[in-house]
Amino acid sequence: MSFSRVFLGLFCLLVAILLLAPTLVVIPMSFNGNKSLAFPPVGFTWAWYENFLTNPDWTTSFTNSLVIALIVAVAATVIGTLAAFGVTRAASRTGGLLRALLITPMVVPGVVLAIGIYAVYLDAHLVGTVAGFALAHTMLAIPFVLIAVQASLEVFDRRLETAAASLGAGRLTVFRTVTLPLILPGILSGALFAFITSFDEIIVALFITSPYLKTLPVQIYSSITRDADPTVAAVGTLLFLATSLIIIAGLLFGMRRGRT
Amino acid sequence: MNAPQRSAGAAIEIRQASKRYGAFVALRDIDLHIRPGEFMTLLGPSGSGKTTTLNLIAGFTDISSGALDIGGKSVTGLPSHKRNIGVVFQHYALFPHMTVGKNVAYPLSLRGIRGDDRERRVKRALDMVKMADFAHRYPNELSGGQQQRVALARALVFDPPLLLMDEPLGALDKKLREWLQLEIKRIHRELGTTFVYVTHDQEEALVLSDRIAVFNGGRIEQIGTGRELYDNPATLFVGRFIGESTVLRGASEIVNGDTVMTVGGDKIVAHGRLDGDASPVILLRPERVALKRPGSDAVSGENRLSGTVAEAIYLGSGSKYEVKLKDGTIAVVRAPLGAADFAIGDAVDLTFTPADLTLLPDDASADTTLT
Repeated sequence: MSFSRVFLGLFCLLVAILLLAPTLVVIPMSFNGNKSLAFPPVGFTWAWYENFLTNPDWTTSFTNSLVIALIVAVAATVIGTLAAFGVTRAASRTGGLLRALLITPMVVPGVVLAIGIYAVYLDAHLVGTVAGFALAHTMLAIPFVLIAVQASLEVFDRRLETAAASLGAGRLTVFRTVTLPLILPGILSGALFAFITSFDEIIVALFITSPYLKTLPVQIYSSITRDADPTVAAVGTLLFLATSLIIIAGLLFGMRRGRT
Repeated sequence: MNAPQRSAGAAIEIRQASKRYGAFVALRDIDLHIRPGEFMTLLGPSGSGKTTTLNLIAGFTDISSGALDIGGKSVTGLPSHKRNIGVVFQHYALFPHMTVGKNVAYPLSLRGIRGDDRERRVKRALDMVKMADFAHRYPNELSGGQQQRVALARALVFDPPLLLMDEPLGALDKKLREWLQLEIKRIHRELGTTFVYVTHDQEEALVLSDRIAVFNGGRIEQIGTGRELYDNPATLFVGRFIGESTVLRGASEIVNGDTVMTVGGDKIVAHGRLDGDASPVILLRPERVALKRPGSDAVSGENRLSGTVAEAIYLGSGSKYEVKLKDGTIAVVRAPLGAADFAIGDAVDLTFTPADLTLLPDDASADTTLT
């Protein structure tokens, strides 16, 4: 009994190390004194962080990614939420079909989509534009919002809407005061997924990028293939810290809500 | 008085109303008139149309044909949020993201009532259901009975002229249910609001209602006070649904204007005869029967049925017997305290007068729809 517990604990630890190791290796590499992506690192320097914050190649690609991801988060959340309502409240067979159709961007290999998008964008002059990136990434992000919001809607008790109507609330008021607050956790997690989907998307980005508009993943990729200096490790470390903070904040927020 | 102000209850007039879902007919041509301030219960088994009727009044579904007036005005096409009707649901339907106080304030906010006035009315409504101490709790911190009391306060806080309740006590245990029945009765008396109450529990209907409408298969079988339904059921279904009863069947003939039925070889006389040519059955209430030992002195004009005690249950306030008659029918008999005791296997005679019997047309659906 206690032996199996110890064994299970050790096993979990092993899995955790396996999952975390590649991420954690990046941290010491980002302080490498030599201009090479090597492990274990030699010496210590902040220079790669300085490079990330001052070199325009890095700063503009970071800003581009941030702007595009924010647009995508908003657009995909609105469209995906509306789609989730449609799918949940349609007749069950129609809903199932629609849902299968709407999540295809998740299932189809990224490179197939990328080729299709690239071909269309060449004609439409959308290659290397913010609008082009936002459009393509919104398409990729909608399924994540759809799934997150649909999960919330499925546990949402529609009878509460009937009750609110009986108390005098019109349809918009019902949505604003009852439905929206109760499915908000699903919408927020959908928005977060949409943001991340766009922020770290590389395959489509590689196709529709141009020398004038690069996103952060594209910049990381070209830096690796060209200079292979530890700036990418510094970027990786910063992103790791940022996502950890977001997730911890999310967990704390969830715990606070769970208590009330 | 702590309760919301007495409001004039609304009358409800339903004429020739039907409700169809595709090929399925949920309601067929029902007529129902509910008086202002009345406590009307819609009673029936599941699928009988009682909840459909409630949903029509509430505006949750549209009428397929017929007319529905509330407070003298037609409400056809009026959405539920404009009908100003309080509704209490079996599943409470409290908003989980709002405190008890916010839940009760909700209909007032929608009506533009704010500040002190709103606070005062919320408190008054919560006082009425004895939940004022719980205003800052969330619904998931309350028991089922407490949640339903909050739901009642929320449905009444805006002084609607009409309150609809859909099996509000269905999810609660027996003790709590009985206590809340009395609370609902008291609140109805204090407010003067018209209450329409849906239940499948005939005892609950008898406790609460001024009048009861008995539903079966999308129709109303009978409307009347509890006493009228119990003493003079119009149909076999009503007779069997309200209270306990034994149904006697057998070959019958008319002798001197009275019906004589042969049940397992014994002849039973019931006053009068049925109109038309439906075959009659006799409905016998358990407390109208006296058990006697076979061969004991007969009283003139008395009916006698012989049988064997199949089950004897001591209830404290009396005893209940199940007696197997010669034709196999199980008759239910309630004996008051002090009556002679019988044991399982005893041969007994059931005795009752012709006036204790109700003669009704036979109706096979009364058996199949009772579950």
